Amino acid sequence: MWPRLVPRGEASPVMVWMTPVLAVALTLLAGTALFAALGYPPGRALHAYFVEPVSTFYGLGELAVKATPLTLTAVGLAIGFRANVWNIGAEGQLVMGAVLGGGLALAFWGEEGPWLMPAMLLAGILGGALWAAIPAFLRTRFNASEILVSLMMVYVATLFLNWLVHGPWRDPEGFNFPQSRMFGNDALMPVLFEGTRLHLGTPIAFAVVLGGWFLLARTFVGFQIKVLGLTPAAASYAGFDQRRLIWFCLLLSGGLAGLAGVIEAAGPVGQLTPAIPQGYGFTAIIVAFLGRLHPLGILLAALLIALTYIGGESAQITLQLPIAVTGVFQGMLLFFLLATDVLIRYRVRWGAPAGEAGRA
Amino acid sequence: MDISRRQFAIGSAALAGASALPFGMGSALAQAPLKVGFVYVGPVSDHGFSYQHDLGRKEVEKAYGAKVQTTFVENVPEGADAERVINQLAAQGNGLIFTTSFGFMNPTIRVAQRHPKVKFEHCTGYKRADNVATYSARFYEGRTICGALAGKLTKSNIIGYIGSFPIPEVVSGINAFTVALRRVNPQAQVRVVWVNSWYDPGKEADAAKALLDQGADVITQHTDSPAPCQIAEQRGAWSFGQSSDMQRFAPNKLVTSIVDDWGPYYVRRVKEVMDGTWKAIDTWDGIKQGLVVIPPFNPSIGADNVALGQKVKDDIVAGRLHPFAGPIKDQQGKVVYAEGKHASDEDILKMAFYVEGVQGSLPK
Repeated sequence: MWPRLVPRGEASPVMVWMTPVLAVALTLLAGTALFAALGYPPGRALHAYFVEPVSTFYGLGELAVKATPLTLTAVGLAIGFRANVWNIGAEGQLVMGAVLGGGLALAFWGEEGPWLMPAMLLAGILGGALWAAIPAFLRTRFNASEILVSLMMVYVATLFLNWLVHGPWRDPEGFNFPQSRMFGNDALMPVLFEGTRLHLGTPIAFAVVLGGWFLLARTFVGFQIKVLGLTPAAASYAGFDQRRLIWFCLLLSGGLAGLAGVIEAAGPVGQLTPAIPQGYGFTAIIVAFLGRLHPLGILLAALLIALTYIGGESAQITLQLPIAVTGVFQGMLLFFLLATDVLIRYRVRWGAPAGEAGRA
Repeated sequence: MDISRRQFAIGSAALAGASALPFGMGSALAQAPLKVGFVYVGPVSDHGFSYQHDLGRKEVEKAYGAKVQTTFVENVPEGADAERVINQLAAQGNGLIFTTSFGFMNPTIRVAQRHPKVKFEHCTGYKRADNVATYSARFYEGRTICGALAGKLTKSNIIGYIGSFPIPEVVSGINAFTVALRRVNPQAQVRVVWVNSWYDPGKEADAAKALLDQGADVITQHTDSPAPCQIAEQRGAWSFGQSSDMQRFAPNKLVTSIVDDWGPYYVRRVKEVMDGTWKAIDTWDGIKQGLVVIPPFNPSIGADNVALGQKVKDDIVAGRLHPFAGPIKDQQGKVVYAEGKHASDEDILKMAFYVEGVQGSLPK
């Protein structure tokens, strides 16, 4: 007899927030078994994974550096997801933000001033929003799926960046290697603490988290978004303009992804290179759901995901753990998260209940 | 495990013997091992570029036993993450760190500024500092040998070339190959497919299939996985291995490989750090110095071709043949290097045009 999943009706509100903790605990247990089976001391491996990376001030800064683009992007995506607007192309919007903002840094290379950084941030937001405007237009005008359009635009954006750094924006002193000049000092995100890479982008991400929370919890637009997501029929009955909401969600999530892009380019990278897209736009989708589409949850989720990345590197360096094992470990965490998520929405029943026999 | 333990035993025996010497050795015995870090862009299992660097790392361990302690980090992305990995290696007491991909250049320079006492070596880049050396191999010399043999082996006169990124190292390889190809066979053409990755077996295999479908009967690659060689083997086309000896992946149709042998270089540089003679210099060695190695040619290409390959190789080593000796024309037929002239090292390091015989245009 096979187990079946029966919907629970309503998920327990306590468990909704407890499952990530539970998943982490299960990952630690399974990880202990995995490391022990492979002959690595589990205690040291877990220490290398979760403690060592954040045991120095520099390490804490790195955690924030890694979590910043994830947070920025995921907050925007989550607001869209709440309204059933599925922007899957944040990676492309992130790239276009880096392109427009970074383009400004290159255009004013050598003649910069303190005005440059704010202008770059605005240009980054604009770049991401413009890129997201394409799926928004096609969705509202022709009802084209924003999932497909935004996803495909990722490849266009990435190739556009490649073309720029291989061609017109290539560093003239760079031996023809595909990367732009290093940005000038005024075009770099100010570092907050000497000796770390923690930059101004992190406080900006905090502000965006608070802004996102305020938008969803305290504004009429946020209310409309939630209604549209929960019951589209009610939203149209109430006279909410669905097209405007789609435009709003896509422009907002695109703009925030673009902001993440320019902050990444002007922050830890410091130039435009083909390596700007690192998958943050896609990982942010996981972060958004892991954070329960709630801005504060997203902040925690981004920190957790960032820690698994950094921890993976640290475990490689300290214990020479093969990268495949660190990958398996990251995979286990996501597996347990999803598994516990399923189990708060569904309960497991064995055998066919009366009245439902033969229906499965 | 076995090897390092044996080396340890030999090493300590040697030290014990030497400690009878009147001075100096006592402090050497007490000295902590030199920690050496390696950062790889691919997995060590790529059987290509990163794999070869890791062989070099193992040679260092073998040569110095307990006097060194090596650490590597694989699959490090060429972006903002690289700086953290390099920094962590420096912070954990590595005295010498090799960063083995072009995209690690600026991160290496930045970490080096933060850790002035740590020595860094960046592979294939051009930025140096007081504590940052650079090193690379003249891979293009190997391309010349492959090109000449391809010219003899092709029947369709179409050669498929799988490129990673259109950077000078790869472009100069394509050009060196094509120049040698057309000296042997002026009708032959080179078709390039860019996969925009150093290591992507799926994309590399697709590129090889597409090129074979277009009539190519020789496949060569500047990417790191053995996938193109395997596809060529299946379809009965000749191929050349890249970075490592890929003979075992295509036992019948692989002509030879362009092997990077980093071991002796790493062993030498580690010793220089131990001796205090290390300098932040640039090293760019080729076949002559043994950094680029051409394994024996596949006998099934025929004795004439084996002899030709050997002759080209000998001529390069002896300095009789420069891979970019004129006359060389660009795609528009304009003479870039006239008869009797050849490209300078700087020209090769900055190369950004296709020579005559390469089809398509260089991605801009």
